[in-house]
Amino acid sequence: MTEYIVRRVVLAVPVLIGILFATFALARVIPGDPCRAVLGERATDEICDAFMERNGLNEPIPIQFGIYLKQIVIDRDLGESFRFGRPVIDIIVERLPVTVELAISAMIFATILGVILGVVSAYWHNSAIDVATMIGANIGISIPVFVLGLLLQYVFALLLKDTFLQLPPSGRLTSGISNPPFFEVWGWSVDPETSLYSFVSFIANLNIINALITANWTALGDALKHLILPAVAVGTIPLAIIARITRSALLEVLSLDYIRTARAKGLAEVVVVFRHGLSNALLPVVTIVGLQLGYLLAGAVLTETIFNLAGLGRTLFEAITARDYIIVQGFTLIIAVGFVFINLIVDISYAFLDPRIRLS
Amino acid sequence: MTAETTTIAAPTLTTKEPSSLYKDAIRHLIQKKSAVLGMVILLALALVAAFAPVIAPFDPEQQLIGVEKGIKKRSAPCIHMLGCPADQPQHIFGVDANFRDFFSRVVYGARLSLTVGFAAVTIAIITGTILGAVAGFLGGWVDNVIMRLMDVFLAFPALILAIAIVTVLGPGLINALLAISIVTIPAYARVIRSSVLGVKEQDFILADYALGVPPMRILFRDVLPNAITPLIVQGTLGIGTAIVEVAALSFLGLGAQPPTPEWGLMVSAERNQVFTAPHLVFIPGLAIMLVVLGFNLLGDGLQDALNPRLNRR
Repeated sequence: MTEYIVRRVVLAVPVLIGILFATFALARVIPGDPCRAVLGERATDEICDAFMERNGLNEPIPIQFGIYLKQIVIDRDLGESFRFGRPVIDIIVERLPVTVELAISAMIFATILGVILGVVSAYWHNSAIDVATMIGANIGISIPVFVLGLLLQYVFALLLKDTFLQLPPSGRLTSGISNPPFFEVWGWSVDPETSLYSFVSFIANLNIINALITANWTALGDALKHLILPAVAVGTIPLAIIARITRSALLEVLSLDYIRTARAKGLAEVVVVFRHGLSNALLPVVTIVGLQLGYLLAGAVLTETIFNLAGLGRTLFEAITARDYIIVQGFTLIIAVGFVFINLIVDISYAFLDPRIRLS
Repeated sequence: MTAETTTIAAPTLTTKEPSSLYKDAIRHLIQKKSAVLGMVILLALALVAAFAPVIAPFDPEQQLIGVEKGIKKRSAPCIHMLGCPADQPQHIFGVDANFRDFFSRVVYGARLSLTVGFAAVTIAIITGTILGAVAGFLGGWVDNVIMRLMDVFLAFPALILAIAIVTVLGPGLINALLAISIVTIPAYARVIRSSVLGVKEQDFILADYALGVPPMRILFRDVLPNAITPLIVQGTLGIGTAIVEVAALSFLGLGAQPPTPEWGLMVSAERNQVFTAPHLVFIPGLAIMLVVLGFNLLGDGLQDALNPRLNRR
């Protein structure tokens, strides 16, 4: 088992090096002059020369890559954004929680509902509920995220306005509702210069967690309400995929002999379907859940645009168009590393779920 | 001795036409209702695209202000047959913010969408096939270099990588199309590689080697044609995905530029008006959904039809 995990981790190393190189190259090939993108079109040549010198942009490319590697790997510093005049790590601490909250709630929604729908339609195979679920799944996979997002806004913020189903169309919290960080509520004094501060403010920026641990029920309810529409928008494609995969995996398992045996033994139907059937059909579902988490990050660019959320995807998109390449580097690095990490976890969780992989 | 001649009736043999994998596949495909529905949707859209100039009452980019009396921007659909007063000009899908007939724009959008989808997937398949086939066939360090490179590509979420590529190339429909092709290459390369790995161990390929056939000829003449089936499914599903992703890039302002009648761009142009003029957002949005649905249904059908191991009743 340990050997298997070690092998997986070692295999990820060349990919990580490739990612570092790719993010570095990416930022260098984005056309345009970084100086004028930051300081404006009217910056004089002298000002720009000084700017390039200060940021190490006049060095040859291999040396720039060396500086970059040293910064990331040794100093663990992602640089400072020209546009914001702030360290990239601070911006990540502020905006990553938005996306994490969105991705996790979308995934919880998609997995729970997807597995339930998959089980129901596999168990009542070819029934009306099965056909309806599969038609719904096909439509869910085909509808673009940005259209679905707008449709949800239209239905829940306009058509259902003034009913109890009304939901806010954008943002994270209604203005006027405050959600003070838990470390301030608890009276901790944290030095803003330390990485502990980055960590606690990251947690505090997860609105729901923060509201939960500070027992701020008004903020909790409001944050949840704001989260429903974007989470449904991002979660619909994974939901449809999970429902289909669960259905076909469970259908295959339920036709096997040992299930007949289990029934012949007189086991309760619930035990047969869930303990004997579902637990053996879960492997492909885990793969899909893991893979979809990565796609959620991409879907986040569109969803965050529509729902006006200042998250990772939205910030990255704006940084690319503004040629703020320090942010581009930092954010793509975080996303790609997160993606590799998730794949690693998926691979390892296989081994727990399926002894054949562990032993081969 | 007279020999009796007896005539023996030749037994009537009923022979079944030998049927190939593809013939079988087509037969299974048309038995599947969802696949047929997919084909009908796509056929209808292809016809709309082909006959766009005949179907569309107006030029998709023509601004009708001053041309047509009483035209109002963002006016709701007006269909005379459904009781819209006859003194108002007929616009089946209404009028957009620039006084253009929205129906004509949506119709022309079908052209762009289908062309973009096919083009993006064709480029990706050709490149991906060459890379994957060479990697799988040659193996060794070539395989390692190509596939690790593909892994790096796959480490980035597709849309984000595409956004980055478009930023390098500059916004525009062609560049968006190229970006989406580049991003999807690894998927095709992987599929072809694993398929080639399976085929190259078979006896008829070993026979080629024994006969001294040059390796590249073995690859292109004997290995590839036998390894290509999985690509058909992947490619069909891929067209749908490519269409959505190009539309998404246009939605973000990186793809088609105004006044091009591109569905993603049309959704984006009016998205702030979604509460006042929902038809301008949802009609092109549903059009994207429909074309993607068509490719998905057909792709799923092909997947079952081309799988000889699948148990059929």
